[in-house]
Amino acid sequence: MYKKAALIATFASLSLSSAAFADEQADPNVNARHAYMSLLAYNLGVLGGMAQAQMPYDSDMAATAAANLHALSQVDTTRMWAEGTDNFSLDGTRALPAIWENPDDFVARFAALTTASEAMAAAAGTDLASLQGAVGALGASCGGCHRAYREPE
Amino acid sequence: MRRLIGLALGLGAAGAAAFWLLTRPADLPGDTLARLQTHTGDATNGEAVFWAAGCASCHAAPGLDMASPTGDRLRLGGGHAFVTPFGTFRAPNVSMHPTEGIGAWTLEQFAQAVMAGVSPQGAHYYPAFPYTTYARARPEDIADLWAFWQGLPAVDTPSQPHDIGFPFSVRRGLGLWKLLNFDPAFVAPPSDDPQLARGRYLVEALGHCAECHTPRDITGGLDRSQWLAGAANPAGDGRIPALPPQGWSAGNIAAYLQSGFTPEFDVVGGSMADVIANMSRIAPEDRDAIAGYLLAFRSSPNR
Ligand code: HEC
Ligand code: HEC
Ligand code: HEC
Repeated sequence: MYKKAALIATFASLSLSSAAFADEQADPNVNARHAYMSLLAYNLGVLGGMAQAQMPYDSDMAATAAANLHALSQVDTTRMWAEGTDNFSLDGTRALPAIWENPDDFVARFAALTTASEAMAAAAGTDLASLQGAVGALGASCGGCHRAYREPE
Repeated sequence: MRRLIGLALGLGAAGAAAFWLLTRPADLPGDTLARLQTHTGDATNGEAVFWAAGCASCHAAPGLDMASPTGDRLRLGGGHAFVTPFGTFRAPNVSMHPTEGIGAWTLEQFAQAVMAGVSPQGAHYYPAFPYTTYARARPEDIADLWAFWQGLPAVDTPSQPHDIGFPFSVRRGLGLWKLLNFDPAFVAPPSDDPQLARGRYLVEALGHCAECHTPRDITGGLDRSQWLAGAANPAGDGRIPALPPQGWSAGNIAAYLQSGFTPEFDVVGGSMADVIANMSRIAPEDRDAIAGYLLAFRSSPNR
């Protein structure tokens, strides 16, 4: 009995440490795009938070977040989406192989983010109603890409 | 020997007869028909039912995404493919086109398809069409839906055939599946709280959330003992999360259903994006009601 418990504990610790190890060894491209996406979510959080009245409207803060998103949408992220870094080839990523099967559409999704964030940059500093009017299309540009190219967790 | 063969034949015939009887497509119950026929259709409520029930997710053109305009979601030419362990199903044209779609159908035929999973020709539909959920709908809501349908455009895209192997290609066999898995009883107990009651109706009779968020057994039926507990993603290798998500408030859930934004401002993806496209078009009180219903499952393990 005691032996069995010890064995289980050993295996449990082994699998824990190998999970941690896998995390440390994560592909740098995957790390980079997760960081990039986190920046998008961080800035969307300001705009979405104001649109949903979770925080008070502040025109400067809103304009800055929108400008950041617009700038981020124009960063060239090509290298982060290196061939062979899909979720069938690697652990720790939710990027679907479809990205590499439809590269033109994937690039068009980034262009859609640029268009939507440009409209948001023009609206966010004006007033809350203008921000609310632009947030749907902005979210849809994120969701449109996640719908086609990101696996559920 | 002769007698033995005779016995075997007899048993075989009895078995076939039993199969035939057991798998016979059922008509709608008499009181459902009466409620359909005495109700005056209200297209405005029908539109609300349409978005809550998510018909567009499957029957609108496959290429749509969250930014697509409402008009495109009302063009129900079909074509969406569903890859399952049983084969690939394709949603048919259900637009008002008289020959390619269902424009020539009657209210009774429509209701029999949506609530009983039986075609006007008396054949069973595959449960990829979630009539197993819609069976719980109020007949009046289905009559209103049909009233709304009358104003939808005719689309002339021909329906695509399914791609399924034997024996699943035999529709009659679905009668057995229905015997095992078609249970029109609600899962959550009834509630006196009007918001919880509305949420239960929206989730269990229209929104078909369980079709994705509840695990299935080997026959492809929903495991009601693990209602909304999360499931394998039929379309890939990820997991569909348990409901309600850990740590989310009712406000978080309602905001997600409206915008697709999680509390961390990640944005919805996968097949849920189409659900959000529908849910963003229902009344805010209805999103709150769904959130209220889901939170009642908070006490279940892991949620
Ligand atoms: C052109 C496609 C595309 C667009 C546009 C896009 N995303 Fe993503 N996003 C992805 C993909 C693919 C992943 C999965 C990446 C991975 O796991 O390797 C992802 C992952 C994420 C993640 C999870 C990151 C993590 O650490 O796992 C967040 C958060 C996110 N996106 C937020 C956003 C927001 C907010 C927007 C819009 C402002 C947006 N995304 C726009 C494709 C996109
Ligand atoms: C067609 C399948 C499908 C249907 C129907 C469906 N969902 Fe989902 N749901 C998903 C998937 C897939 C995800 C993961 C989304 C992602 O990857 O961003 C999800 C995610 C969610 C989440 C976020 C969970 C989290 O932890 O991030 C909530 C809340 C949710 N769904 C609620 C609902 C409700 C309420 C309904 C019914 C009105 C519903 N879903 C119907 C497939 C579905
Ligand atoms: C999850 C996807 C899905 C949803 C949601 C869905 N359907 Fe369908 N529907 C299908 C599939 C797949 C079929 C084909 C079934 C078959 O061939 O056995 C179908 C068939 C039908 C048919 C029969 C068409 C014919 O030509 O025989 C009708 C009518 C119909 N659906 C109406 C609706 C209505 C109304 C709604 C909303 C209340 C709806 N569907 C929601 C997938 C869906």
